[in-house]
Amino acid sequence: MSLLQVKDLEVSFKLRTGELHAIRGISFDLNKGERIGIVGESGAGKSVAAFSILNLISQPGYISGGSISYKDHTLSTMSDAELATIRGNQIAMIFQDPMMTLNPVLTIGTQMIETLQAHQKMDKKTAEKEALHRLKQVHIPSPEKRLKQYPHELSGGMKQRVIIAIALLNNPDIIIADEPTTALDVTIQAEIMELLLELCKNNGVSLILITHDLGVVAQTTEKVIVMYAGKIIEQGSTRDIIDNPNHPYTQGLIKALPQKAAPGEMLNQIPGNMPQLDAIPTGCAFNPRCEHTTELCIKTEPELIAKDNRAVSCNLYSERLKHDK
Amino acid sequence: MNLTFSSNLKQFRDSFLWHSFKNDKVAIVSVVVFLTFACTAILAPVISPYDPYDLVILDIMDSEIPPVWSEEGEERFLLGTDSQGRDMLSAIFYGMRTSLLIGLCAVILQATLGIIFGLLAGYVGGKVDSFLMRVADIQLSFSTMMVAIIMLAIFQASFGTERYNDLAIFMLIMVIGIAEWPQYARTVRASVLAEQEKEYIDAARVLGFSSIRIMFRHILPNTLSPVLVISTVQVANAIMSEAALSFLGLGMPVTQPSLGSLISSGFEFIFSGSWWITVIPGVVLIVLVLVINLLGDWLRDVLNPKLYKG
Repeated sequence: MSLLQVKDLEVSFKLRTGELHAIRGISFDLNKGERIGIVGESGAGKSVAAFSILNLISQPGYISGGSISYKDHTLSTMSDAELATIRGNQIAMIFQDPMMTLNPVLTIGTQMIETLQAHQKMDKKTAEKEALHRLKQVHIPSPEKRLKQYPHELSGGMKQRVIIAIALLNNPDIIIADEPTTALDVTIQAEIMELLLELCKNNGVSLILITHDLGVVAQTTEKVIVMYAGKIIEQGSTRDIIDNPNHPYTQGLIKALPQKAAPGEMLNQIPGNMPQLDAIPTGCAFNPRCEHTTELCIKTEPELIAKDNRAVSCNLYSERLKHDK
Repeated sequence: MNLTFSSNLKQFRDSFLWHSFKNDKVAIVSVVVFLTFACTAILAPVISPYDPYDLVILDIMDSEIPPVWSEEGEERFLLGTDSQGRDMLSAIFYGMRTSLLIGLCAVILQATLGIIFGLLAGYVGGKVDSFLMRVADIQLSFSTMMVAIIMLAIFQASFGTERYNDLAIFMLIMVIGIAEWPQYARTVRASVLAEQEKEYIDAARVLGFSSIRIMFRHILPNTLSPVLVISTVQVANAIMSEAALSFLGLGMPVTQPSLGSLISSGFEFIFSGSWWITVIPGVVLIVLVLVINLLGDWLRDVLNPKLYKG
């Protein structure tokens, strides 16, 4: 039995102009200690998927179908009060922009102690010790001093370290990291990812890493999910997908990596943009941008076909599979 | 303990607030004047030469003595006496005490109500928001003075003058406090809506904090600077409202005068030449309100990051 199970999840936004389907049926499992990456362009529904795991989508969005279960709880139907015992305690989240994630008017120490006391019966002294211990774990220089400082006194990388320390405070089973390094300097990015990886490995924490950086995914995760217009189009072990992508979109993403282009040459790119959620084309959502589009792709929507621990949602791929048989 | 205090003191002396205060003459003068007034008000029973509430020591023969610098002035009464022979200086000290007390308490009441309703409206949103804000709109469409006059007149009629005089101070605080809460509610709500979009609120939710905790501990401190600024202006406004109501005879009774009732009690004599009974408390009131407003102005400049020139 896996730790977290997402099944046929659908998320919609009720707007005046009608319903927008941001996530159109995705399923995946996460085992204990496993690290999984979700990649895709902006607007693919990565962050919405992450938020819906904690049932945190704000109005007018709501979970319109499917279920999310964690251990023996069904997160998608739980009340806010019940969810509060899981959020931050068993499932923690790290956000994109460390500048915005810490409360500007409370000291680092206050915020850490508060997080501990919200979930565990603990007096202030012990909580402070625990906070100090965690700050040391994330390799922050002079941690005693940091406890008394306000967020604006720390640098971006240091803030993200503090945020990771806060996420780890209550020994969670799962950490969801929503583009944790996007807002940081490139050199700091590597440090932070290394730290996150090290801490997850040492503490047996499962990680859901949301990013559009395939390089980061290749270095940190074991499995990867590629999303496009609210659906999973390819999923499997990270090595397999990076080495041998099956979906034309994934192929395009990998070809677009700057390392693939020779100096002085133009970078490869996938032409066009992700479709607007209210104007998803019929058939395969990727068909207007795909170089292999056929008649079939415009008419029928491909299904996610699983084979050997991999799943691909592409008409060409299923044709090929049929052919091979 | 001592160590943290001295480090806090050092932190304060390094802060932008202190720095901007030091370089602003208007702010320094305002604070000095305000603190002098406040100390006088707090220490009124100790430093007043006479007790203006004690009717026994009043001598009608001492009535309407002009201030000491005019020809007929007497040294016993620095600022002269009123129509009952009451020492004006003591009466002003006590009056300032009452005025400041009413102003501060009314603002505390306004702020409490306004902050709670504003936070609820902004954080919960939807129907609660619409309901609370429409109530605020309706209340703002009545003038404060009108509401206060009607309510105080009703209280006065139903309690009888005797009993009303005992309760006057609470009634004034209540009426001025309740009449002005929408000012706070609107400001707080607007700030809450802005703060709520920021990620640290999502982060707080992700950490599993309760709504009450997020509202009061995470959002409220981030909305405090506009609240602080309106508070100074509102204290001045509350003191003015109280003075106006007392002037109209609906405020503090003549036996426990506030600055407003002093002004009003002297008004009948102003044309017979006893100008000091009205003018001196009037000047005190104007200076008091002016320094509070100047302080509010300075505070707004300091707390507004868009005007930050450091």
